[in-house]
Amino acid sequence: MSPEEQVSPELSEFASQIGRSGPVTVVGGRTQWEVGGLPDSEAREIFAPSGVWSHEPEEMTVRCGAGTSLLELSEQLAKHRQMVPLDMDPKATVGGVLAVGRSGIRRLRYGHVRDLVLQIRHVDHEGKLVTSGGPTVKNVSGYDLCRLLVGSLGKFGCIGEVILRCLPVPETTRWLSGTDDPFEVYSKLYRPSSILWNGEQVWVCLEGVASDVDAEASLLGFEEVNGPPVLPAGRRISIQPKSLKELVVNDTNWVAEIGVGIVHTDTAETDWQVPEPSRSLMLDLEHRLDPTGRLNPGRQVVEG
Amino acid sequence: MVQISTDAKLFEDLEAVLGDRARSGDFELGLYGKDGSVLQGKPAIVCLPLDTEEVRQIVSICRAHDRPFLARGSGTGLAGGAVPVGDPVIIATAKMNKILEVDLDDRIAWVEPGVLNLDLSKELSPLGFHFAPDPSSQQVCSIGGNVANNSGGPHCLAYGVTSAHVVAIEVVLPDGNLALLGDLTAEPRGYDLRGLFVGSEGTMGVATKVAVRLTPNPPAVRTLLLDFADVRDGAATVSAIIAAGLIPAALEMMDKRAIEIVEAFVNAGYPTEADAVLLVELDGLPGGVEHGVDVVRTVAARHEVGNIRVAADNAERELLWKGRKNAFGAVARIKPDYYLHDTVVPRGKLVEVLEKVYNIADAYDLIAVNVFHAGDGNLHPILAYDSNEPGVLERVHAAGRAIVTASIEAGGVLSGEHGIGLEKRDYMGMLFSAHDMATQDLIREAFDPQGFANPLKVLPSGSRCSDSFHQHVPEGAWV
Repeated sequence: MSPEEQVSPELSEFASQIGRSGPVTVVGGRTQWEVGGLPDSEAREIFAPSGVWSHEPEEMTVRCGAGTSLLELSEQLAKHRQMVPLDMDPKATVGGVLAVGRSGIRRLRYGHVRDLVLQIRHVDHEGKLVTSGGPTVKNVSGYDLCRLLVGSLGKFGCIGEVILRCLPVPETTRWLSGTDDPFEVYSKLYRPSSILWNGEQVWVCLEGVASDVDAEASLLGFEEVNGPPVLPAGRRISIQPKSLKELVVNDTNWVAEIGVGIVHTDTAETDWQVPEPSRSLMLDLEHRLDPTGRLNPGRQVVEG
Repeated sequence: MVQISTDAKLFEDLEAVLGDRARSGDFELGLYGKDGSVLQGKPAIVCLPLDTEEVRQIVSICRAHDRPFLARGSGTGLAGGAVPVGDPVIIATAKMNKILEVDLDDRIAWVEPGVLNLDLSKELSPLGFHFAPDPSSQQVCSIGGNVANNSGGPHCLAYGVTSAHVVAIEVVLPDGNLALLGDLTAEPRGYDLRGLFVGSEGTMGVATKVAVRLTPNPPAVRTLLLDFADVRDGAATVSAIIAAGLIPAALEMMDKRAIEIVEAFVNAGYPTEADAVLLVELDGLPGGVEHGVDVVRTVAARHEVGNIRVAADNAERELLWKGRKNAFGAVARIKPDYYLHDTVVPRGKLVEVLEKVYNIADAYDLIAVNVFHAGDGNLHPILAYDSNEPGVLERVHAAGRAIVTASIEAGGVLSGEHGIGLEKRDYMGMLFSAHDMATQDLIREAFDPQGFANPLKVLPSGSRCSDSFHQHVPEGAWV
């Protein structure tokens, strides 16, 4: 079946709402609304279609509208003890999480969100549907536009439908906390799901079968806790994982993701520009894929 | 016919930079005209740079002479991606083979593109790490080639393909400028050009350094060989294992003919009376591994499994894998040549598509051998043939097209891990609309407006009307 034959009415409706002219902005769950700056006020607000359209447990894939909330997605998948570890606010939408492109706190184990994406169908600046990637768990057919769309803040197109890779829900999940050196904790464990550190206290997430989780937990001698700490909601800093060892944050309220390099903090992000020639290439791509700048105007992925 | 313009001035300029590492002549024609596919091109000039600066100079010289270029790793690619068409200067990365830095704090290694996949993992092994993608050609394939093709391998079922294991890439762009795509921080600023570059088959520039992610070696590993009297039970077991919530490190399948050929070649004790075998590997912490073994046993018992052989030690494990990884070479025992296919179908359609593959092979009077990554539905039908038989290549290509068609009809894709290259370029329209392909070409064009980097690959001619390089037509490439 060719891609054109598989377009759902919801997706067609989404494309026609975006249309061919005038500034538009796609609204998700507004949980990361300020990332990259607010959209221009004259931009028409559009909502991507919502709904889990097919979940095939044996294939470990799920197809859903980009407007589907993480809550709805996780409830559907949980019926078959599966998950997509996006780990963001349950009110966030799948399309929003991908457009922003930030990973949740279990990235240490499950990788970047972009590696969970198999296929994206987006609506381009002409109001036309574009399909990239494919429905299977493995695929190298054509250029990997899905990677480019994740983290693009909708500047290249509006994500309408996605196929994601699912994972089994681990038999056991335990959060533990203590005050050891977080880098020593990391070196003791085999593929922990998360290690968080606020400069004094360490939180560790261990997942797997109970006997493994218990054995790894016994290496640490930490206390059982209910879950991760509340993360400072203000900003996040992205650095090399090893730079966390020399971390200086002028704020008492911060939490770092060990082994990943994300610091959640209330302090302002450091100014840092994309170096040339990558910056020019990125701006050229923006111009090619949206010559009139009508898609999510006002938002910035790269400094113009 | 492909026009060969051995531009004397171009060669002179390259020689001035590279000395005897710029070569032309009959010897090179044979070596660099082919890759692992059945396609053949005609290279005129081959360069063997030592470092980034030399690559940059080669690209600049090519640009000054208005000549395309083609970066090449070990030439193990199976889709003709490294076969020269459009008369490119070949940039072979074989001498850029140093592991530059291993950083255990960041768990990454900077390597040059010519480093061989297995050499990297061997170097990392004493440190307790490895590079997860493990194509069957890993003894000879290069990291640069893995990046170009977004390569997979048996263990990608659990660990993901190359894109998930490449953090940053230093690239000489088609205009001769040097760019760093991605970086070592958690969330690099800007768009993910790194992710776009991986799998772009050399059409967006030449990778000169790659930062790869290091994966910790698993504390426990178990390898099982399951035999089945009916291939359908084997395939049903694959789906049932995944549906049971288990993702093995690897889940490979071989059909009867593959078992016979491999066993005669490696004497690994494969059950030659079986209709199919599954090679299942579980790794991780010991509890999860033993739980996985139990799940596999239980699920397989529900699907009429015969014997279940569990490798007793590492030597036996390596023997079982030796059979799997040498299967393609072993095909030479029945026919001198083979054409290896690569498509992906939903796991639930494996049996249906396998039967179609046998029927297609019969219809074209060819022998089909199936050895494949069943866990992710990645079929690798091998069509064995003798190129001395008149007209056999036409039948091989026709059968190949029929296999791709059957896979797409079953809800699959064109390629799981070998790429599009030249071989499947003209099949792209089976999966993508004209507008999808035009969008892909628009993006490629941002990197390379004139089509200088590995011309005529990935996208079919005329994906965009304005293309200037499509005047070259790779006639005569199919041998």
